[in-house]
Amino acid sequence: MIGIVSYGFYVPKYRIKTEEIASIWGKNPMDVKRSLMIEEKAVAGIDEDSLTMAFESASSALSDVKIDRNKIKVVLFGSETHPYAVNPASTILAEFLGIEKNYLAYDTEFACKAATGAIISAQALIKSGYSDYALITGSDKGMGKTHDVLEYTAASASVSLLLGKDNLILEILDFESFSSDTPDFWRREGMRYPSHGGRFTGKPSYFYHIEESSKSLFKKTGLTPKDFSSAVFHMPNGKFPIQVAKSLGFAPDQIKDSLTVDYLGNSYTASALMGLMAVLEKAKTGDLIFLCSYGSGAGSDSFVLKVTKNLEKNRKEFMKVIKDKKYINYPTYLKFMEMI
Amino acid sequence: MNSVIGYYTTQFGELWEKSLFDLVEEAIYGVLKQTKIENKQIDAVFFGNMLAGVLENNLHSPSKIAEILRINVPIFRTEAACASGGAAFNLAKSYLDANSNKNVLVIGAEKMTDYSPEETITGLSAAASGEEQEVGLTFPGLYAMMANFYLQKYGYTEKNLAYVSVKNHFHGSLNDKAQYRRKISVEDVLKSAYVAYPLKVLDSSPISDGASAVILTNDQGMINKQKYSTTILASEVITDTISLKERKQIDEILATKNAANMAFKNAKINRSDIGIAEVHDCFSIAEILAMEDLGFWKKGEGGKRITELSTMFGNGGDLIVNTSGGLKAAGHPVGATGIKQIGEIFLQLTGQADKRQVKNAKYGLAHNVGGSGGTAVVTILGV
Repeated sequence: MIGIVSYGFYVPKYRIKTEEIASIWGKNPMDVKRSLMIEEKAVAGIDEDSLTMAFESASSALSDVKIDRNKIKVVLFGSETHPYAVNPASTILAEFLGIEKNYLAYDTEFACKAATGAIISAQALIKSGYSDYALITGSDKGMGKTHDVLEYTAASASVSLLLGKDNLILEILDFESFSSDTPDFWRREGMRYPSHGGRFTGKPSYFYHIEESSKSLFKKTGLTPKDFSSAVFHMPNGKFPIQVAKSLGFAPDQIKDSLTVDYLGNSYTASALMGLMAVLEKAKTGDLIFLCSYGSGAGSDSFVLKVTKNLEKNRKEFMKVIKDKKYINYPTYLKFMEMI
Repeated sequence: MNSVIGYYTTQFGELWEKSLFDLVEEAIYGVLKQTKIENKQIDAVFFGNMLAGVLENNLHSPSKIAEILRINVPIFRTEAACASGGAAFNLAKSYLDANSNKNVLVIGAEKMTDYSPEETITGLSAAASGEEQEVGLTFPGLYAMMANFYLQKYGYTEKNLAYVSVKNHFHGSLNDKAQYRRKISVEDVLKSAYVAYPLKVLDSSPISDGASAVILTNDQGMINKQKYSTTILASEVITDTISLKERKQIDEILATKNAANMAFKNAKINRSDIGIAEVHDCFSIAEILAMEDLGFWKKGEGGKRITELSTMFGNGGDLIVNTSGGLKAAGHPVGATGIKQIGEIFLQLTGQADKRQVKNAKYGLAHNVGGSGGTAVVTILGV
C-alpha cells in the first residue's frame, strides 16, 4: 500500500480582512462576503515566496519522521507561482532540506491541482520501486490583480506530504483524474497576474471536472458519499465547495471541517491540501476521507484516503497554529505582494 | 397586409459551446422549419446585432448569413444598441411596404459571454455618449440616476422596484427558453448586491447569448398556407438625444412616448385594447418608466401600480407584461431581445405560449429600447 507517511503545512502569519479590501474599492463588504463567503485571507510577507513557504511546510513534514533523507529520491514541487519561470524550485527545496543529489526533481504546473497530480505520479514511482519515499509540495503566494474578484481570495500557504509505503498515516486506496481543454483561468508567460473567464470558471469548469472526477472514482471503487467521514474539495471561494459537495451527495457535516477558505483564502495548489490538513486534526483511525482537487485549464484529481492508527502519533495541531496571526492593512498588503 | 408568420428562438443563457453564428444558424433553420419555407423563398434578410464588430471584429455579418443560407439576396445588418432587433424588424416591415409579395427573414442575435466582463461592458458602453463614457458612466449608472430621480420625485423606495423582477422571474419560470427559471421574492431582490445604487443585481438584466428569428410576409398566398399568423399593425422607431444630460426629463423616455403615440395612431387601436406586452426591462426602473411612457399607467403612478402585480400572469389583469420573463429573467442578448419580444407577442396571440398562455389577447405590443433611451421601437401586432 502506498500512502502518506507524514505531512506539514505552513500558513504565513499575516491576514487581510475582506472589509479592508472592499473598503478600498467602495464595495459593500457584506455583499462581497455573501458572494464569496470569505472573511479573511493569509498573506505571505515581503521576504516570503512559494519556495520559502515550501521549505517551511516540507521541514515540518520531515520533522516528525526518522528516515534517511537520501531515500527520498523524488521531489516534486507544484505551484502557480514558482519563483523562477526557468530554474527548478524543487532542486532548491531539496538542497535546503539536505536531500543528497541522487534524486528526481521537477516542478509541476496545472493551476491549483499541480500538487495532487504530482501525488499520482509519485505514488507510481514508489510503486515501481524507484524510490522508497517521495516529497510532494504544493505552495503558492497567490496573486490577484487589484480590483479583480481574485483579490479577495488569492492567498498564500504551503502543504507538503511525504509519500511512502511503510508506517503510513493515510493510505491512498484509489484515485481518479479527469481533464479537458477548458481555458477558464490562465496566466501567459511574462504576465504578472492571472486572467479568468468570470462565470465560465464555474459550471463548465470547476463543477464539471470535479463532478466527473468524483463520479468516476465512486464508480471505480463502489463507494458512495455516505461511506466517507469527511470530504475535501478545492476551494476557490467559500461557495463552490459547498455547492459541489451538495451536488455529489455529501452532507454539510462531511465538509464543514475542510472549509479553510473562509479564514485562510485560496492558496491555489495548497488549497484542497490545506482542507485536508484541517480534517486530519480530528480524523479517527479507519476514517475514509474523500479528497478532490481542481486545476484550471482544466482537470480534477480525486482520492480515497484511509486514516491509519499511525495518525495519532504524527498528528499536528491545526487550528491553534493558524490562530497565531497579525492583521495588515491594504497598503501593507500591496507592499508584501510586491505590487508597489 | 404585412404579417408575422413564424418565430423561433434559441435558448437564452450562457451558451459557451456556441458561437454567434452557431446561434444565428439555429434560429434561421428553426424558423424556416416551422414555417415550411425554403431558403430560396426568402427575398431579403435583416439582422439585428450590436457587438460582433466590437467584440469579435466581425462587421460583415450579412455575407456570413448569405453563407449560412446559401442564397444571394439583399441582407442588411442593423445596429441600434439594445434596440438593434426592433430596428431590424422595423426595416423589414418598411421593405415589405415598398415591395409586394415578399418573404423577409429577420434575425436578432448576440454573443456576449465569451468575453471578460470588462470587454463586454466596454462594448455595451459604446451605446452611450462619448462624454458619458469619458466620465465612467456605465448603463447601470445611467439607469441608477434615472431610478434615484424617480424614487425621490414620487416618494417610492427600492422595494417598489423589486416587484418588477419578482414578476418577471415568475414569468421566466414558465418559459423553457429563459436564462433564469427560478422564482425570487422581494426580499431576495432587496438582499442582492448593489450594482449602482439603488439598482442591485436582481434589478438588472444579465449578460446573455441567444438568437431569435421571425419571418414576415406580405404574400397573401403564403399567409393562407401558414397555420399561424399575426398582422403587423404598427412598427415605429424614434430616436432622441444619446446623452442623459441633454434630456428635459430623466424620469421619462421621450422616444418611447413618441413611438407609442405614433404606433397607436397608426394601428388605430387604444391602449386598453392591448392584452399582452413585452417591455424593455433592462433594469427594474426601466419597466416602470416604460409602462408610464407607453401610456398604460399615469406618470408617477408606476411605482405603486407595480406592487399590485396586476400585470403578472395568473392575477386576472387585463394587460400582462413580459410573459417571456422580460430581459431580466429571459435574458438579454442585446441584438436578439427586440425579436424575442415580438416573437413572444406572436406566440401569445397565436395560442402557442404554453404554460404562460394569456387568454383572449387580440393585440400585443413590443417595446425595445437602445441605450438609455436614444432609440425606442414600438411594435403592435394583432389577430
